[in-house]
Amino acid sequence: MLTPEFTQAIFFYIFAAMVLAGAILTITRRNAVHSAMFLIVSLMGVAGLYLLQQAEFLFAVQIVLYIGGIMVLFLFVIMLVNLDQAAKEKQFNGQWAIALASVALVGVQVFWFLGKGRGAFKMAQPGIAPPASALGNTEQLADVLFKDYLLPFEVASILLLVAVVGSVVMAKKRI
Amino acid sequence: MYPITTEHYIALSAALLLIGTVGVLTRRNIVVILMSIELILNAVNINLVAFSQTWHNLGGQVFAIFVITDAVAEAAVGLGILIALFRNKETVLADEVDLLKW
Repeated sequence: MLTPEFTQAIFFYIFAAMVLAGAILTITRRNAVHSAMFLIVSLMGVAGLYLLQQAEFLFAVQIVLYIGGIMVLFLFVIMLVNLDQAAKEKQFNGQWAIALASVALVGVQVFWFLGKGRGAFKMAQPGIAPPASALGNTEQLADVLFKDYLLPFEVASILLLVAVVGSVVMAKKRI
Repeated sequence: MYPITTEHYIALSAALLLIGTVGVLTRRNIVVILMSIELILNAVNINLVAFSQTWHNLGGQVFAIFVITDAVAEAAVGLGILIALFRNKETVLADEVDLLKW
């Protein structure tokens, strides 16, 4: 009864529920700290989906970088900036009705096309599984990253350097 | 309902993208707007990893790493701007920053 497909489906729906419920609560909470906590739930769900798809390295990166790095940055800024006044005021701006209507329109389009399935998309056929490799996901990923994508990798490191210098310059009182 | 196919992941990613877009367009608090941008980038990553798994091509996962790098840079710069803004204007609400509006 408990075939691998069935177990995978159960875990997929659990993680999908975590992702969507966390996301909805993130954008509706009044208190920004609560928003950050529910965003962590949502990111954990995404990490679980990576693990479900045998992307173990991205799973680790998601936990360490997103939940350990970015969320600490967010919470640090929330403590630094006084949000008490903002929490007492109106949370949604005046254009929320137009925004919801246009997003609903886009959503109807996307899910209508999805509902038509493979025939409408003309998606390429799934690739042929390569022969089972002795290397794990992390080793294979490192091969691809450092052989085929070396230049984008270096450009990304320059981007990070620029971002670090820029954020320090902007957050500093006097330079 | 099952087995889980690539379409399931695309549908989940589309739903997450729309929720993030609603957050960006309707919230006034800049911190929550930045969090909604993180949600949108995560939706992109779910898609990339799902297609990488379907076609047995690790390029998708490499692109997901680059998207995470961009998300880190964007969060750092965005929060730096937010701190500078709060120091000068004493507000974190996006529609109170209207110096260029007339």
